[in-house]
Amino acid sequence: MSDHDKLYSTKLQDKIERNTLLMFVLTAVAVSVGGIVEIVPLFYLPNTAMCQNDPTCNNTQHKDLQGNAIPMDKIIWNPATSAHKTLDEWQPGDGVRPHKALELAGRSIYIREGCFLCHSQMIRPFRDEKDRYGHYSIAEESMYDHTYQWGSKRTGPDLARVGGKYSDEWHRKHLKYPRDVVPESVMPNYFFLDKAAVNVDTAIKTMNVMTKMPFNPVPRTIYTDAYLESAKTELENKTEMDAVIAYLQSLGNHVKFEEGVNYRD
Amino acid sequence: MEATQATPVKYDMDVVRWFTIMAVVYGVVGTLVGVYVAAELAWPFLNFDLAELSFGRLRPLHTNAVIFAFGGCVLMATGFYIVQRTGQTKLWSNAMAWFTFWGWNLIIVLAVITLPLGLTSGKEYAELVWPIDILIAVVWLSFGLNHIMTTVIRKTSHIYVSNWFTMGMIVMITYLHVVNSMAIPVSMTEAFSIYSGVQDAMIQWWWGHNAVGFYLTGGFLGIMYYFIPKQSGRPVFSYRLSVLHFWTLTFGYVWLGAHHLQYTALPDWTGSLGAAISLAMIIPSWGGAMNGMMTLSGAWDKLRTDYILRFLVTAMAFYAMSTFDGPVMSIKSVNALSHYTDWTVGHVHAGALGWMAMISFGAIYHMVKKLWNTEMYSERLVNIHFWVSLIGAVTYIVAMWVSGIMQGLMWRDYDEFGSLTYTFIESVSAMHPYYVMRTVGGAIFNLGTWIMLFNVVMTVRQAGAARSVNAVAAKA
Repeated sequence: MSDHDKLYSTKLQDKIERNTLLMFVLTAVAVSVGGIVEIVPLFYLPNTAMCQNDPTCNNTQHKDLQGNAIPMDKIIWNPATSAHKTLDEWQPGDGVRPHKALELAGRSIYIREGCFLCHSQMIRPFRDEKDRYGHYSIAEESMYDHTYQWGSKRTGPDLARVGGKYSDEWHRKHLKYPRDVVPESVMPNYFFLDKAAVNVDTAIKTMNVMTKMPFNPVPRTIYTDAYLESAKTELENKTEMDAVIAYLQSLGNHVKFEEGVNYRD
Repeated sequence: MEATQATPVKYDMDVVRWFTIMAVVYGVVGTLVGVYVAAELAWPFLNFDLAELSFGRLRPLHTNAVIFAFGGCVLMATGFYIVQRTGQTKLWSNAMAWFTFWGWNLIIVLAVITLPLGLTSGKEYAELVWPIDILIAVVWLSFGLNHIMTTVIRKTSHIYVSNWFTMGMIVMITYLHVVNSMAIPVSMTEAFSIYSGVQDAMIQWWWGHNAVGFYLTGGFLGIMYYFIPKQSGRPVFSYRLSVLHFWTLTFGYVWLGAHHLQYTALPDWTGSLGAAISLAMIIPSWGGAMNGMMTLSGAWDKLRTDYILRFLVTAMAFYAMSTFDGPVMSIKSVNALSHYTDWTVGHVHAGALGWMAMISFGAIYHMVKKLWNTEMYSERLVNIHFWVSLIGAVTYIVAMWVSGIMQGLMWRDYDEFGSLTYTFIESVSAMHPYYVMRTVGGAIFNLGTWIMLFNVVMTVRQAGAARSVNAVAAKA
């Protein structure tokens, strides 16, 4: 006796269960919807720091306390309108800028060593996080961060605004032997960074790659040919330790935040 | 039905045997690396001043080893086993299955070499560098194509429910892997994501949570729907519930990734949407868990004597628990506390140790007996393995829940003067006892995998010996 023709559910479900192709197609459709709804709008809505070729970043409007829109070039550094025209002239508070050559080399080492597994770079809008780390992070601050570094775990403290909090010398000591400075720390020793030279070739190639990104590339008006050329000499004789410290010291001081302004929507 | 059983099908089970053996081996290795990285956080001298052994480089090795080496071999072994038996047909291509086997193991070897060297893409659970990513895509598609084509050539009228879940996994993981791994290379070993900031974060967690949803959950639900009925000798409790379970999970799980990014610079609506759907997912998840457990109705007494069934049913209990824990953690006010803490690690391990590993162990024991046509070398050791796993998993999870909640509370605590009560480093030292406890729990769990390795090796040897005795007898 065969029960092959018996219907156990609806006709449609029965049809799907008998037809591999139909099941494949419907499954593929079902799994696509959620991702499309949540991801695609992030490429064209405001407040997502999708700014390429559009200085308004899809009409992102952060309003000051009087209700006037803060010009986007106060948030994102624009050499064309800023008083400071090159990466070397840039000053903290001029707005979000791409990483300088040495910082970018340091960032590659930060990724290599898996620092993001224990250190987040994303401050949430809570009182305790403000007191501990500083102003909450905004989307624009990581717009040039290809392979984002927000992290998901704080075995160590957040680093989004660590720049300028400690001296270079403190960082050097701490990175080499963390427990010399902070006895209870569980961070590995990174003394070997002091002995390795920055790979200049890779660093320059990385800068070039950043200008070729399809989304939020670094403008060639910032990574100019002249800057890339000067970067070579700047990176000569630098250790990986110098690079990581430069990276850490650059984190979090790009934007001048005004008290009371809502930068989240 | 009788007609089809009259001519027994000769299945392609050699490749399944090898995937099973490798799963057992990687179970030992993956959890061992886990114990080591856990110990590094308790006693940092264990980093031994060697870059290759440092936590930041070994932690991805642990996650890759347990998820892709252990989990992958379990999924491919069970996937090929189930699709043949439920379709009453051989594999579409046995040669391609061997390609998948060698390719997947090659990827694992490459991971073991590259990750300690610091070659990483910097994306959690997708750390392998771009040339390996391409290899993963090819090998994964060879598995997927072979599996799907085997359902096409099946002799049965309907596709069995396990194979729906495996198909969902194949489609979704391909999609996720390709989109999330998009990067521009700087060299053969280094590349940077084409997305940045907000977009990269969302795509990363769309990948991250759906690797959990479709690979670690969907794939393993396929295991549940085959091995629980088989081991208990009872039909699936409710067919209708399994239809509901499959379609709601397939459609709904995809939305959850955004709950990893609440209160970040991601627009609020995205995280809230992820959280809302996360809460809704309790219904299908618990429906599925009930479906697995209630399959035992009328056969509950078997739990007293059948140790393999204990693994399978305990796994369902952990599945129910972690699919409750997860949605709770996605509620915004809870997430404000739990995010960035060890609670997340505890949640992941409730799923990984309690659900995924337990159901795998049960399935592996079941398959070993069938594949080598023998009894286990020692049923007692299966029972010991069960208790060791359970004690290890619970110790681990409890340690991380307590430490996570404590961390979260310490970070937000204010004293009577309105300043933060604790410095960050005070929260780090407060974690020490729990990090030790976690290491102990993990070590106990790891011990269980050694017991299983021993038991499986002895079983296979015993089966081999029995076969050669029979062969001699037949000649004589």
